[in-house]
Amino acid sequence: MYIHKPYKEEAMKKSRWSLYLAASVLVALAALPAAQESVAAGPPSAEVKIDNFSFTPPTLTVKAGTQITWRNADDIPHTVVSDDQSFKSKVLDTDETFTFTASKPGTYSYFCSIHPKMTGKLVVE
Amino acid sequence: MLQKNQDSILFDHNRDGIDRRGFLKCMAWAGTGALCVLEGGVLKSYGLDDPAPTAKAAPSELCFVQISDSHMGFNKPANADVAATLKAAVAKINALSVPPEFILHTGDISHLSKAEEFDNVSQILQSASVKDVFFVPGEHDVLEDDGKQYRERYGKNTKGAGWYSFDKKGVHLIALVNVMNLKAGGMGSLGAEQLEWLEDDVRHLSKSTPVVVFAHMPLWNIYPEWGWGTDDSAQALSYLKRFGSVTVLNGHIHQTMQKVEGNVTFHTAASTAFPQPHPGAAPSPGPMKVPAEQLRSLLGVTDVNYIRKRHALALIDSTLE
Repeated sequence: MYIHKPYKEEAMKKSRWSLYLAASVLVALAALPAAQESVAAGPPSAEVKIDNFSFTPPTLTVKAGTQITWRNADDIPHTVVSDDQSFKSKVLDTDETFTFTASKPGTYSYFCSIHPKMTGKLVVE
Repeated sequence: MLQKNQDSILFDHNRDGIDRRGFLKCMAWAGTGALCVLEGGVLKSYGLDDPAPTAKAAPSELCFVQISDSHMGFNKPANADVAATLKAAVAKINALSVPPEFILHTGDISHLSKAEEFDNVSQILQSASVKDVFFVPGEHDVLEDDGKQYRERYGKNTKGAGWYSFDKKGVHLIALVNVMNLKAGGMGSLGAEQLEWLEDDVRHLSKSTPVVVFAHMPLWNIYPEWGWGTDDSAQALSYLKRFGSVTVLNGHIHQTMQKVEGNVTFHTAASTAFPQPHPGAAPSPGPMKVPAEQLRSLLGVTDVNYIRKRHALALIDSTLE
């Protein structure tokens, strides 16, 4: 008994410690998903570069819910307008962007309404 | 440099001594503007600094000036001060020995269709000795609002998107709009309604009436890869076939080019703001950055001179230098 007592006390101390540890780990674990969510809070994203009067990549394939950003790197303004008008940017001057979240699957052909030879395609899966 | 692919003035229909070499010399001035003289249906081009054609101007002649693509508001490295170069163009016009009767501005007045950009151009043009200015819109003038502001400012007494015609000294001038409702993959567009109006507009004219057509985008296919043309221009030109003398003046491509096709002379004017590359000479038609001391040699004004007796219209391109 005598031997056991300190052992028991020790054991109790240990188990309290482990409880504390376990609790902190749990708290940390609980916090983790939240932290991950805040990093990737928005939907997945993709970018199309507007440069030299063309869209790169010319065809972009994304999962539904992806947020797509077009960025104009030219010294001349451009627009991004889908043929079926399901998305339409304002005029983008140099370095301005337009963002569109593709929610509905399908193939969207789009063009620059100022320079209609500039065309691109967005495939939403 | 600009003239490398120049396929114009290979013909000397009038045997008037305007050979290709001489013409190319004129083209080297490309930049500020051009003086146009149409002779026997063939348009000739002289530098604004060349006194020869203007010195001969008679009362029956019609002289006017074309400027284009002032892009007010543009401030990128290709030209950080487009107001200064427009002012230089106006100074050039004011210095002409024979004052032109009016100015044609073939579009892209503004860079981003902003009210202050249009205001700035109006203010600069007020210092021109000639007060009448006729406009057509470029695609940069009709951004965001389908040209509503453009028509409020310049569209009085015009039809549709801003097209109209008028007569000066026996010459019939037609302003066309080819920058609206552009279709994906296409070029400039006139549209059915405007084509119908055009057919009706020229119906009553005698075939000896000299006709001048002006629009922003080229009405001939200069370089479809860059959209430098107008999808339905052939139909417009078909209505003008019966006329002995047709001159087509455009802007948009920020360089002078000329072509003669039968009775039709095509001419594009230089920009007053910044040059663009020769067709296919760069990855894209974006603004061309040239050494500062060269810039004004690539900007310009076009002076047009119609000599009634000789049934001739001469075009003179001159630079801002």
